[in-house]
Amino acid sequence: MSVASASIQFFTRLLRYRTKCAVPFHAASRILISPYLPQVFGGNKVLLGTCAQPLRSEEKVTVYFINRDGRKITTSSAKGDSLLDLVVEQNLDIEGFGACEGTLACSTCHVILDQKVYNQLGPITDEENDMLDLAFGLTDTSRLGCQVCLSRDLEGITVRVPDRVNDMRRSDDAGPTL
Amino acid sequence: MDLPILGDIKRSSEKLYVHNCLICLGNANPQGPDWCHTFAPANICLVHTGMFLSVNVQVDIYERLPVPFGLVRFGVAPDHPEVKNVINTFTQTAQHARCSFHGNVRVGKDVTVEELQEAYHAVVLSYGAEGNRTMGVPGEDLAGVYSAKDFVGWYNGLPRNSELRPDLSCETAVILGQGNVALDVARILLSPVDILKKTDITQHALDALAESSVRRVLIVGRRGPLQVACTIKELREMVNLPGTRPEMEASEFEGIAETLKSLARPRKRLTELLLKAAIETPGEEELERRNRAERAWGFRFLRKPLEVLPSTDLIRAAGIRLAVNRLEGDGEGVRAVATGEVEDVECGLVISSIGYKSLLIDPAVPFDARKAIIPNTMGRVQQTAGLYCSGWVKRGPTGVIATTMNDSFDTARTLLQDIGKGTLDVSTVKPGSQGVSTLLEKRGVKPVSFSDWEKIDSEETRRGEIKGKPREKMLDVGEMLQVARA
Repeated sequence: MSVASASIQFFTRLLRYRTKCAVPFHAASRILISPYLPQVFGGNKVLLGTCAQPLRSEEKVTVYFINRDGRKITTSSAKGDSLLDLVVEQNLDIEGFGACEGTLACSTCHVILDQKVYNQLGPITDEENDMLDLAFGLTDTSRLGCQVCLSRDLEGITVRVPDRVNDMRRSDDAGPTL
Repeated sequence: MDLPILGDIKRSSEKLYVHNCLICLGNANPQGPDWCHTFAPANICLVHTGMFLSVNVQVDIYERLPVPFGLVRFGVAPDHPEVKNVINTFTQTAQHARCSFHGNVRVGKDVTVEELQEAYHAVVLSYGAEGNRTMGVPGEDLAGVYSAKDFVGWYNGLPRNSELRPDLSCETAVILGQGNVALDVARILLSPVDILKKTDITQHALDALAESSVRRVLIVGRRGPLQVACTIKELREMVNLPGTRPEMEASEFEGIAETLKSLARPRKRLTELLLKAAIETPGEEELERRNRAERAWGFRFLRKPLEVLPSTDLIRAAGIRLAVNRLEGDGEGVRAVATGEVEDVECGLVISSIGYKSLLIDPAVPFDARKAIIPNTMGRVQQTAGLYCSGWVKRGPTGVIATTMNDSFDTARTLLQDIGKGTLDVSTVKPGSQGVSTLLEKRGVKPVSFSDWEKIDSEETRRGEIKGKPREKMLDVGEMLQVARA
């Protein structure tokens, strides 16, 4: 996808968001807008739960997850917005995934994508990058699952769930701690 | 989930039956993020155990307060409600048929760890860090000096801090420490009240902040900009805080921009944002916004507290004397060294945010007083069979919820491995909560169940709704118990 069309898609989604007063996540989550989100649109401004165009029920998308134990899980979305929604709805056995329920307050839905798929997706907001900074084993093709929206373009993708570690600090300075 | 021991069990011809294996998770203390690691073992034991073993594991949780969730309730800032979403996961676990919650029980006082070990096959201590490191300087006991632990407890409704009544009538507040807790405190001190009043911040804190004269907050650290311990999300919130402007000394950032290219991504992004806020010339719009702002905040680096200076009547803090440092060494080995220079800063509020600290709750439990943790190997408490630990009391008081959650999963795995290998003997019948109930009854202690907590929860939510808040927390344990028993 070219930068121009990616930008168009991104801004179209932003405009659709503007008119929506609430964004559905999944059953268990609440919609929470931090008072500190900049009110301006465009560029690196945050939107929580960025899936402006949820799949219609007849548009199933098959996704392959490679779990931390190396096992492959084949699943298709029944009704899905993001990869996190998919994990929750299909009740996949991925330990500790999505603790903050898709509100960009943790990094537990960290996933690694293929380069091609990563390039297809829209730009990453500052807020998602801020949370990715805390994820263990961050790669150049890492995203937070709650921000990856399912679409027909993502049919058949493979999503790797990386290992966690119990301490984000490493001797080469992985950054801040608490 | 990689559990080689379970793989072995699956391959063997017989399933492993462990009858009435009772695991008790001890004393989720309000000052540690215990609830996540109390529950994570519960979660992993219940969910994953159920999947792989034909095990009848019962998990009982003992908590000192009538209310659960520890730091998720009492530590996470009121304006970070999404971070508390994890309570939904905890609630699901607690409502599992083989999990039961026993609030209002003080382990170490109402029941000893030894008594718990007699009643259960395994005991997991995850009581966090209820103490705090002190500055150890003269004047620390003056009025107007608080630990961040107590200040946060005050605005978050921790019963023991409900009477703190911090004096906010001064213009400048100095916070020692530059971690996320320090930034939470700064943000709560400077946030517009209109924003805070829609959160679950306690009413008395809201009222005090509405009358506050604090206009300037300095966040002071011993070392330099590259050692700042907060994370970027919290820094961004300060930069974007309505009605405030950053005020920092450009001289403290000399040479920092040149290091950017060699930094790992998280530190690089954080430092870039810090430089932008501290020294970059703002655009017109931002400049105008800053000029209109009535409140200011800033980091000060290379400063260590020497003394809190008293007012003329010697009762309260009027300033703080700071030693000026320089940095020696580089990379991980960077150290702050005193230069001999000293600087005095006028202020009426001093908040030390230099770390939490675990305490010993029962003399029968081994404790490393120097590191302030329970000595352990992968969660197995040293020299004590059947005793485990997880979270801050195991590794020290740092890390976000996800860090501690992962740590709890590790302890749970260790425990399950021990069951699988037979290192943990689960063959004998143990009385579990029935045994403990008998003791508690004799001692006049009445535990609060999870459904009792749900009554407290409904009442807090109801009171909050009237004011447009998610909840109005009860501040008094007596009141909590009254509502629980109703």
